[in-house]
Amino acid sequence: MNAPVKTPASVAASEPARTPLGALLLQHPLLRPAAALIVLLVLDALLVPGFLRLDVKDGHLYGALVDILNRAAPLMLAALGMTLVIATRGIDISVGAVVALSGTVAAMLVGGATPMLPMPLALGAALGVALLCGLWNGVLVAGIKLQPIVATLILMVAGRGLAQLLTDGQIVTVYYQPFFFMGSGYLFGLPFAVYLVAAVFAVTMLLMKKTALGLFIQSVGINPVAARLAGLRTATLLVFAYVFCSFCAGLAGLLVTSNIKSADANNAGLLLELDAILAVTLGGTSLAGGRFSLVGSMIGALIIQTLTYTIYSLGVPPEVNMVVKSIVVFVVCISQSSEFKQLIARAKRRPA
Amino acid sequence: MSGGISAGLAAGAKRDGGFRKISGAPWFTSMVTVALLLAMLGIGGAVYPGFLSEQVAFNLLIDNAFLLVVAIGMGFVILSGGIDLSVGSMLALSTMVTAWLLQTAHWPPAAAIACVLLMGACFGAFQGAIIHLFKLQPFIVTLAGMFLARGLCYLISIESISIDQPFFVAVSQTQVPFLGGFLSPGALIALAVLLLAVWLAHYTAFGRAVYAVGGNEQSAAMMGLDVGRTKVLVYALSGLCAALGGVLFAFYMLSGYGQHGQGTELDAIAAVVIGGTLLTGGYGYIAGALSGVLVLGAIQTLIAFDGTLSSWWTRIVIGALLFVFCVVQRVMGGKSR
Repeated sequence: MNAPVKTPASVAASEPARTPLGALLLQHPLLRPAAALIVLLVLDALLVPGFLRLDVKDGHLYGALVDILNRAAPLMLAALGMTLVIATRGIDISVGAVVALSGTVAAMLVGGATPMLPMPLALGAALGVALLCGLWNGVLVAGIKLQPIVATLILMVAGRGLAQLLTDGQIVTVYYQPFFFMGSGYLFGLPFAVYLVAAVFAVTMLLMKKTALGLFIQSVGINPVAARLAGLRTATLLVFAYVFCSFCAGLAGLLVTSNIKSADANNAGLLLELDAILAVTLGGTSLAGGRFSLVGSMIGALIIQTLTYTIYSLGVPPEVNMVVKSIVVFVVCISQSSEFKQLIARAKRRPA
Repeated sequence: MSGGISAGLAAGAKRDGGFRKISGAPWFTSMVTVALLLAMLGIGGAVYPGFLSEQVAFNLLIDNAFLLVVAIGMGFVILSGGIDLSVGSMLALSTMVTAWLLQTAHWPPAAAIACVLLMGACFGAFQGAIIHLFKLQPFIVTLAGMFLARGLCYLISIESISIDQPFFVAVSQTQVPFLGGFLSPGALIALAVLLLAVWLAHYTAFGRAVYAVGGNEQSAAMMGLDVGRTKVLVYALSGLCAALGGVLFAFYMLSGYGQHGQGTELDAIAAVVIGGTLLTGGYGYIAGALSGVLVLGAIQTLIAFDGTLSSWWTRIVIGALLFVFCVVQRVMGGKSR
């Protein structure tokens, strides 16, 4: 390998220097998701009157764009965590259950007229529960070596039951005013949730790009055995990915609970894991592990939220939403598969 | 059917000693499940008066007939190394289409049922074809299928459609005398499907192909098995079973509703796993679905008989059981996987 042999990979690596900028942009992995989002936004701008208008009321920014960003916040958080798990070739289907659990714990601790605990402690406890969930998932996957889907299936089934047990199956209403700030408060004119997502995103991005962590996670996803033989502590990395994913889900749970001012163990975060997986896939992260894009997942989450907004605002019955979403998943997955690319390549070659 | 597996395990057992020999046998987890079921029924009988009647046991089957049929289809998919998350939505869609065909289109029941079963099989075959042709993960394809089927339900109607068609009402009220108690026609159909499935899995070429594909897809292809055909058929079978489960559910509930069967896919997966089938494929028995479903049903019945435990405990106990069984499988059975 250290001999100066021109492998196909090194040829490909040296190629961008010669290709023009336009072609480089066309090859960028974020091109397709970004284009999809822009097409959706342009569609909305054309079809929905006043879509692009931003108003300032009481020093807060209002408008459809802000609304989409705000509503996408929990999904963006969940998608961030899911990206890392999927990058290790895993999957975490317990995200929705963790959302329900952390929201329930927070609501129970600060709910009622007089909070049981000071709010920072309550939020800490809720996030602590989420971290424990992640640790549980991580140990099952990395320690006992269960398949990720099975390992997280256990928490998915039991977690919601646990949350319902805590609340006796009731919806816990929160009356404590400061708690609402997370989900519906404004900071410098923008919803607080947007800042929260931006902060988590920035920290994750720094961890992935400025430290070797991103590279390590990629190598675990590409070949866990080789990564371990190369001296990486794959088990620790896997546990980190699942803990991080649950932490993000816990934060999303706090946002959801704070926004609707109550915790509903039965419905909070229902099917959120599926939306998160969808967002990650839309963003160009391969479900086979290895290659991942955090920015892509953010764009993916925005695509899903914009799609939902479009469907609602066009007056299409909301029931169509699921059908459209599923068709999008089919199309995206098929278009990403190498078999489909080969088909296209063959079709292109034939006329020539 | 698992001659190769058991021979290999037997060879290993000679070196490992008695316990490994027993715990490594293909039927070991299945036996644990049956023992667990008997223990649960025994404890129930000892603690709650009236628990150990035949009818309580039959009711387990009556109440979970639809789940048994769905779990049988899921069993085939999991044996082939895949997973089908769309079965719960498919079940809901079948109840919806059945109800709509009967109530709004006034089709005769036989035609409606045939149409629904055909729809389920085609839906499953479509998913299987995509999984095979584009080499996509079954998980993501059936996830999309889950959204699609659930969405189609709501396109038909967002409200529940109740069924008052005379044949369906008659079937839902029929009690077939059976060994001193009674069973519902749905439960009998589920048992018949189970027998058919056991025959299909263990006595036909198709069944052997499913085990081979689940054991190792590449080897199966190299042996000359038609992997693609097997996969498409397996998902078609799962879709068919889900649709039949939907019809049984429509008999049971006498309504079609888009929210029916939420989480059924997970119950079915749980039942298959608890029944002793490895989620990595190629290892286990279809008949395990029966013991798995009965264990899930027994948990519910125990909690219902207790009366002081809230029903949320069901989910937690199922989760705990899943955990125990997965770890047992991992540590004892599939050490090489």
